[in-house]
Amino acid sequence: MAAIPSRHKSLVLLAGVILLQVLLLAVQIKRDSQGRLIRTWTVGAVSPLERVGSYVFGSFRNTWRNYFALRGTKKDNDDLRRENDALKLRLAQLEGKAAEADRLAALLHFRQSQADVPMVAARVIGGSAGPASQTIVLDRGEHDGIRKDMGVITPDGVVGKVIETYPNTAQVLLLTDKESGVDAILADSRIQSPVGGVGEPLITMKYVPNDDDVSVGARVVTSGMDRIFPRDLPVGTITQIKPGNPFKQIRIKPSANLERLEEVLVLLTLHPLKQGDSTEGQPPAPAAANSAHPQESNP
Amino acid sequence: MNGAFDLRIGESHIEVHNFRTGAIVLSALFALVIQAWFPLHFTRAALLDLPLLVTIYFGLSRRNPSTGLLLGTVIGLMQDSLTPTVPLGLYGIAKTIIGYLASSIGARLDTEHPAARYALTAGFFILHQAVVALTRRILLGQPESWFSLHLFGAALLNGLIAVLLFLLLDRLRRPS
Repeated sequence: MAAIPSRHKSLVLLAGVILLQVLLLAVQIKRDSQGRLIRTWTVGAVSPLERVGSYVFGSFRNTWRNYFALRGTKKDNDDLRRENDALKLRLAQLEGKAAEADRLAALLHFRQSQADVPMVAARVIGGSAGPASQTIVLDRGEHDGIRKDMGVITPDGVVGKVIETYPNTAQVLLLTDKESGVDAILADSRIQSPVGGVGEPLITMKYVPNDDDVSVGARVVTSGMDRIFPRDLPVGTITQIKPGNPFKQIRIKPSANLERLEEVLVLLTLHPLKQGDSTEGQPPAPAAANSAHPQESNP
Repeated sequence: MNGAFDLRIGESHIEVHNFRTGAIVLSALFALVIQAWFPLHFTRAALLDLPLLVTIYFGLSRRNPSTGLLLGTVIGLMQDSLTPTVPLGLYGIAKTIIGYLASSIGARLDTEHPAARYALTAGFFILHQAVVALTRRILLGQPESWFSLHLFGAALLNGLIAVLLFLLLDRLRRPS
């Protein structure tokens, strides 16, 4: 057998090794085998190094994550805290705007339901200077058609009446003021009596005889007799009844939230209102106007 | 071999390097370990083929085609073994050829310069992928693209890494 030249030996070796591996491939394909023995040897040789590498890398990574990577954490924390504060403020502003939008929507709804009644919406821009006086200041005045003794309401109920007007502002005496009053009736029994403030959050119904049947929870509405407020506007709900001499002592919680007024409606007329959705559940207002009746309770 | 010796072809003078005991085996094992484990934590590392770079380096340094092709065979088969989705021999054949070519070229050219190492590694990387694609297409009947921009980018990256890696591996040489 002829000897292979030395410079060709490596070529022969190359061809042999490649041929062997091609056969190895062919065997694997033919027998659907994966050469498990060789793989086991290799994995056995490599896995200890992998374990060591994984341990070293894990230690390095933990050290990095728990120490070095935390260098900027305080700054991030401060930034996030500042951002959180700003977002809280923004949220509060948006919540305020959403609440304002709800209130204005209610006013608009009420205003639309009373389209034929002239009224003007006003924003509350101030309160009373002294604790003994229950008044508010509106951002509308004579230039907007507001005059003294005009009624002020919200969709929830009676607020008070205008006691002073200026070109661009007006002062309103709230229903809870000691000097305030409105002629009212009980919505169910139609018992009539003036209602007035005592300088506290609750108002009183003054002249209901002890013999009259009045119950806690009864609704009180305007009678329209005072020529300031149209008939059947909500005034409040009876919360307490005590026998008195000669009249009952009746406390009423105002329907309008007089402690948190922000927008109100000023009635620019004394004509009676038609009761719409905003006074749902109440007796419908009679068509006849009672404005001709003498004012029984003049606050 | 305990020291470097000179290989003279014509008028050229090319040095053959020897390495510290166990350097080749440990380098090959480390390359396989890192190749199997690194991409788990760094996805981009899958572009690298460290076993190929080690095959090329020792092929170029040892300058013995028989040794180079056998080293390529072993490293390739081990890489196949650690890759459950490929049959044994796929990378084995490719690295056998690369080991042989690297040794043959190393015996004829001075491959110590970083530029030469960069160009040779990038070229070998593309050739390696071509052999893998050929094997897949012909022997395994699997579809495999011949060339892509991704492959080209990976070749350039491997060339760059090879320049740095070869500088480290140079330190494993026995002093001449």
